[in-house]
Amino acid sequence: MGGGLVRIGVTIFPGSNCDRDALYAVGRMGAEPVELWHAEADLKRVDAVIVPGGFSYGDYLRPGAIARFAAVMGPLEGFAAEGGPVIGVCNGFQVLCEAHLLPGALLQNTHMRFVCDRVRVRVEATNTPWTAGCEGGEELTLPVAHNEGNFFADAETLARLEDEDRVVLRYLENPNGSANDIAGVCNEGRNVVGIMPHPERVSDPALGSEEGLKILRSVLVGAGV
Amino acid sequence: MGREPNYLELSLFSVMWSEHCGYKNSRPLLRRFPNEGARVLQGPGENAGVVEVGDGWALAFKMESHNHPSAVEPYEGAATGVGGIIRDILAMGARPVALLDSLRFGPLEEERNRYLFREVVRGIGGYGNAVGVPTVGGEVEFSPAYSGNPLVNAMCVGLIRVNDLMRSRATGVGNAVVLLGSKTGRDGIHGATFASDELTEESESKRSNVQVGDPFAEKMLIECCLELLRQDLLVSLQDLGAAGITSSASEMAASGGVGIDIEVEKVPRRETGMEPWEVMISESQERMLTVVEPEKVDEALALAKKYGIGGTVVGSVAGHGDLRVVEDGEVAGTVSAEHLADAPVYEREVVRPAYLDEVQKFNVAEIPEPEDYNEVLLKMLSHPNLRSRRSIYRQYDHEVGTSTVVAPGADAAVMRIKGTKRGFAVTTDGRGRHCYLDPRGGGAATVAEAYRNLSCVGAEPVAVTDCLNFGSPEKPDGYYQLAECVEGMAQACEALGTPVVSGNVSLFNETDRGPIYPTPTVGMVGVFEDVGWHATSAFKREGDMVVVFDGKIGPRDDSLLAGSEYLEIVHGRVAGAPPKPDLAAEKRASDLVREMIRSGLIDTAHDLSGGGKLVALAEMAMDGGIGLRYDETEVEAMRKYGHRLEILLGEKGAGFLIAFPEDRWNEVQEVLGGFAYDSIGYTGGDRFRIGDLVDLSLDELRDAYDQDLFGIPGEAVGGSEAVG
Repeated sequence: MGGGLVRIGVTIFPGSNCDRDALYAVGRMGAEPVELWHAEADLKRVDAVIVPGGFSYGDYLRPGAIARFAAVMGPLEGFAAEGGPVIGVCNGFQVLCEAHLLPGALLQNTHMRFVCDRVRVRVEATNTPWTAGCEGGEELTLPVAHNEGNFFADAETLARLEDEDRVVLRYLENPNGSANDIAGVCNEGRNVVGIMPHPERVSDPALGSEEGLKILRSVLVGAGV
Repeated sequence: MGREPNYLELSLFSVMWSEHCGYKNSRPLLRRFPNEGARVLQGPGENAGVVEVGDGWALAFKMESHNHPSAVEPYEGAATGVGGIIRDILAMGARPVALLDSLRFGPLEEERNRYLFREVVRGIGGYGNAVGVPTVGGEVEFSPAYSGNPLVNAMCVGLIRVNDLMRSRATGVGNAVVLLGSKTGRDGIHGATFASDELTEESESKRSNVQVGDPFAEKMLIECCLELLRQDLLVSLQDLGAAGITSSASEMAASGGVGIDIEVEKVPRRETGMEPWEVMISESQERMLTVVEPEKVDEALALAKKYGIGGTVVGSVAGHGDLRVVEDGEVAGTVSAEHLADAPVYEREVVRPAYLDEVQKFNVAEIPEPEDYNEVLLKMLSHPNLRSRRSIYRQYDHEVGTSTVVAPGADAAVMRIKGTKRGFAVTTDGRGRHCYLDPRGGGAATVAEAYRNLSCVGAEPVAVTDCLNFGSPEKPDGYYQLAECVEGMAQACEALGTPVVSGNVSLFNETDRGPIYPTPTVGMVGVFEDVGWHATSAFKREGDMVVVFDGKIGPRDDSLLAGSEYLEIVHGRVAGAPPKPDLAAEKRASDLVREMIRSGLIDTAHDLSGGGKLVALAEMAMDGGIGLRYDETEVEAMRKYGHRLEILLGEKGAGFLIAFPEDRWNEVQEVLGGFAYDSIGYTGGDRFRIGDLVDLSLDELRDAYDQDLFGIPGEAVGGSEAVG
């Protein structure tokens, strides 16, 4: 990692709207925030990538469906394949599913309404770069804000995710009808994580909670900082 | 003009001299509002008002109505209301950081009202959530007076460096006029004229007058404009709202004392065969008009391309003082920009309506004391006017931007300003029923309520924006209500030191069922030097002392129950002359509560409003998850003097409930000084108990209060939690 700060990239698609919040939270983590513009096929030597929330490309077609074709996704997929730490938050999770970097899909909430709330989740797996700083079984209260957060996968995939310990976060109060109360999963290599809750929104004592930093700062633990 | 105007020119006047754009009936009245203050950087006349916060920061804010479009096409009407007010803030050069919505609907028992309510809320969320500006507050009320004519008032607050303030005035003859954003279509043609008429059966046929919103295009427009400003590429900036290019260009020209030529064939269109007049007055959304120096045009257009939005030179600044529409080199129409922006003014006589004497008749002796206060409290908490708003704001992203310190559901939203200790608070308030019963008193009480709401979170109230929602000013009753409400509001704004810096007027809110309640809504903004020192209404600790200070209440005072929530919800009556607001007491009480919050003496405060002390205390208990034990001697005193009903359910304003650890009692008394107060009990446990009058568990309160507002009244209801 060299002597400098850990560089953490935040992708910016047209319609991303948590990009600035994520960049701010990276600063709160004690890392260096780096903007990754969608039209540039360049990860700018970052050590980890956050794909933030929002409505990339207006969520037209399906959430995340168009963003996966953006220029920045090429190098991002290469980075992920080489084991680079990537986390998709909310719309970012949807983008990573559409790009097949993560299994499953995020369907419309079963109650058919957008939901913005704080929900309790349990950390189910700590052997990922984004949860290494948490305690196994630890309960966190994290914000959610989505219309399509209802995780879906076929029975076989769900069984595999459970068997392989790839459910990273699980809702203690399910806000969207998600299968197996899944709030976050990781890929087979465990370096790519997708979660619906927004850790960047609880990364500042001024907003009443820093529980999100436990997730975000995990990547610094993994990076040996 | 010295000649007959042609069709294009007539169209321009038709939209610009509509009430919506021209304020023909309201302008003379609006002069009553004070609009100067130490922190005011921009008063009325621009796209939004601007006040100074400190540390070089300023807030731009405005509220605007979208009532008529929402009545016929609620989803798009509400969505484009949000989009439009965001662009007003953007036009000042500010980044939009907070949205609020003040809403009114008819009773939810009617299916049409449920549809309007559900779709308006969906529209607000659909637009606000996607565009990435948090919806942090607002209010909603239900009354038969709004059946078929809902009110949808959207407010936006933006943050800007004082030095970066932008203005809309066009300058520099020869500069290019650049249209940014979406293409122009036939949507929203004559929307401003439609908004200035009564709603009738035929209104349904005007669905096509309602614009369609695209929050994704707006998001890109916001980011593009902010970058254009950062790179200093713009001379002026103006949003396109009602009356489209016509309104924007003529206002930019008139305020700059110049003319503008629009080469109408250059305006990018989304449909073929559009006439010049259609292009000129189209209200297609997500567009901004800018003036750019010729040598910066290429750079500006390149930025538009980067953000994937349209950017086209559509005209130029001219020396002639006219708005001139040119098509393929031929002048298609010419009107004086100043003339166009200067609609005629109607001054009317103010005559007290006969209905007032009728509705103000009220004898408190007709109202028996409730036999069961438990039942009364539960009935009130479950009424849509007092019920928890959680099932609404849960559908709005209220946290994007990571600056929301106090989320919706509080007396006012509290926001921080990143990189500083400072923050601001914002609230919207309206009191339609009160204004109906007493227009002048209700107008003043509306402003006072907003002032209290900011004060009880600890913010220093600074300035006001408003939406004046009224019936037809062409009818004497309607004009009286408008004139008197404005007078009351103006008096309160003067007394409380909160000038009006922006606003809008929505008249002709009438259907075949009659006019709406006169409903001025107030959006008020306050500031914090240190946002860490704020309060909320939730009880914080067991054993806190609970104190009310609201002046003395005498036995069987008629006016305290007049126009109250209790009277309407429990007795089905809208009657009486509510207490005249005591503005000096309002100011004093609010100053005291702010002083106690700022000095760290208290962190729990709630104002007395709809439902009186009983409802306010129940809310504080539910918010904090901590019960209340009302002082037995106080309960005994209420019985003895026979004014329990007035004390618990009367509404008089100028009052607060506070809670604090008992060891601060001496200091609190010192601050309160001569202001009348009562210590009324202690927090603790999980029951809400007022002597032998009320004894309910917090769960029982919540079961009533937390019901989903989107269920069908009378049918089995679940909490807003339910999934599946």
